[in-house]
Amino acid sequence: MIMNWMKLIPGSRTRRIVWAVLILLLCMAPLFMTPFRLGLFTKFIALAILAVGLDLIWGYGGILSLGHGVFFGLGAYAIAMYLKLEASGSSIPDFMSWSGINALPFFWEPFRYFPVAFLLGILIPAALALILGYFTFRNRIVGVYFTILTQALVMIVVTLFVGKQEWTGGTNGLTGYRDIFGFAFQDSGTKIALYFITLAALIIAYLLCRYIVNSRAGQVLEASRDGENRVRFLGYDPSRFKTFAFTVSGALAGLSGMLFVLQVGIISPSMMGIVPSIEMVLWVALGGRGTLIGAIIGAVVLNAAKTGISEAYPEGWLLVLGGLFVAVVVLMPSGLTGLWNRIVRIFYRQGGSEHAVIRKEG
Amino acid sequence: MQSFAKKVDHKLSLPMRHPVSETKTSPVILSAENISVSFGGFMAVRGMNLALRKHELHFLIGPNGAGKTTMLDVICGKTKASSGKVLLGGEVDLTRKRDYEIASLGIGRKFQAPSVFPNLTVQENLELAADRNRSIFHTLRLRRSDTVTPKMLGILEQIGLPGREGERAGSLSHGEKQWLEIGMLLLQKPSVLLLDEPVAGMTDDETVKTGELLKEIAKTCSVVVVEHDMEFVRSFAAKVTVMHEGQLLKEGSMAEIQHDPRVAEVYLGKRREDHAAASSH
Repeated sequence: MIMNWMKLIPGSRTRRIVWAVLILLLCMAPLFMTPFRLGLFTKFIALAILAVGLDLIWGYGGILSLGHGVFFGLGAYAIAMYLKLEASGSSIPDFMSWSGINALPFFWEPFRYFPVAFLLGILIPAALALILGYFTFRNRIVGVYFTILTQALVMIVVTLFVGKQEWTGGTNGLTGYRDIFGFAFQDSGTKIALYFITLAALIIAYLLCRYIVNSRAGQVLEASRDGENRVRFLGYDPSRFKTFAFTVSGALAGLSGMLFVLQVGIISPSMMGIVPSIEMVLWVALGGRGTLIGAIIGAVVLNAAKTGISEAYPEGWLLVLGGLFVAVVVLMPSGLTGLWNRIVRIFYRQGGSEHAVIRKEG
Repeated sequence: MQSFAKKVDHKLSLPMRHPVSETKTSPVILSAENISVSFGGFMAVRGMNLALRKHELHFLIGPNGAGKTTMLDVICGKTKASSGKVLLGGEVDLTRKRDYEIASLGIGRKFQAPSVFPNLTVQENLELAADRNRSIFHTLRLRRSDTVTPKMLGILEQIGLPGREGERAGSLSHGEKQWLEIGMLLLQKPSVLLLDEPVAGMTDDETVKTGELLKEIAKTCSVVVVEHDMEFVRSFAAKVTVMHEGQLLKEGSMAEIQHDPRVAEVYLGKRREDHAAASSH
């Protein structure tokens, strides 16, 4: 029966076993982690959802976005607005009354309802990515110019969120909510439930991106990374494929932001700023761009390291981060998965190029 | 392909071919009318006309800067013409279309440098060219497949790369990449194929093989080749158009071209001097 169930997992028999064991281990995580550690781990896998989406556009599409903090933030704010309204009951959120507002702004109204807030948390970042992607890719703004635009987007959105304090909570962001649907975030039962929800979301995000990457559309995306002109003269419009991938990536970042808020209980402009946006890219770079599983590993490993190092040396993290960035670029251009493939090859003395091995990992 | 390779051993000793039964009877498939292109005030092409007949192997020659590549760019939509129109089948004006739309109308374009996708396999390169429906939602449903279609096998045979479908395109030699790219264009089932110096940088053997391939292709579609290699043009051209300073200088068979005094003056004469200089070393 287990073998039948395992047929759901694609790939060779060995790969199926590895995956089955991995998923089983992940399902048992609540058994051997304290609620605190489990919460941290949930946060890491929530961030891994963003990394998968980022890898879709960077690793496969060759589009480097340094603005994913914005999409992440928009998703996070959407769910935080719902939680804030729930926590405030019939009165308006506390920060609004401090700013001298006495009626709820109209655009806050839809966020009273969880399904609406949830959908908007995905649709708003997706729509923003769609609009940005449509106008830039269509006008053939690529490479570093696109990257600079995404940085500009971050600055605009962060400035807006800080400036409109009466609507967004300003620099403090949105916080001060303790429960969802009446379940306190501190309860270990809630923590376990959120862990499984987040894990399921990550698996869905991974399978979705895998489906895209292994489709002909993924092939076109990869081809336009290497030779956009050729793609165009084969009759494909690369800007549509890029816009599509960028939109999916934005939506996944929004989902990631929502699950992140449920874990940490706060979202503020500094979490969607330039430094976090660059950190996100580093997760993918460290894990190995161009392999979806690498992006997940990168996000979890780097965030675990961040937590560990910050616990020991609060000031040290940024130094480590900078050093790591240089080290990855210079020493491991294909990240951890590239390193792993190289080790495997040395052991098995397999032929073939590094890239071919990586791609099969999907 | 093997026997073919033997056959083409002595490239330069090939007899000059007489133009394959004048194609004047076959209908015009593509006509560029009164095309002008200006690059910030510099007129790269001025009032050029070019008519391409069905199943014609048509060479476009001329000295550097004559506007040959620019003409190809205008036809395939890479460069916008400042005036004039390009009619496909006598009705569709290509100057109003976007580049990828023109490609899906059956105009294949090969650039001078090989531009295959180095990180994809030969097969994946061909797959991209083979699909008819190029919308996102259609391509999302198609998987990267493990099987080679009979059509692809035929193309692999034709371009001299049989059994190489699993190799990464980046690992092919320069000539092989050029052939792969031609194969990709063939899979698009184009009605018109535009090739920019396809034999540049090829060995003599590869050049002859390419020429044979082009003749083969011209049986099913019309081919325009921009070329500098006069030996190559002499060996394979059915019809030649000479451009000079953005204008039409002379059109006709290779024999007619060679005997035209104006052509000799601006182009062939100069080439002969070059050759004389080169052989006196």
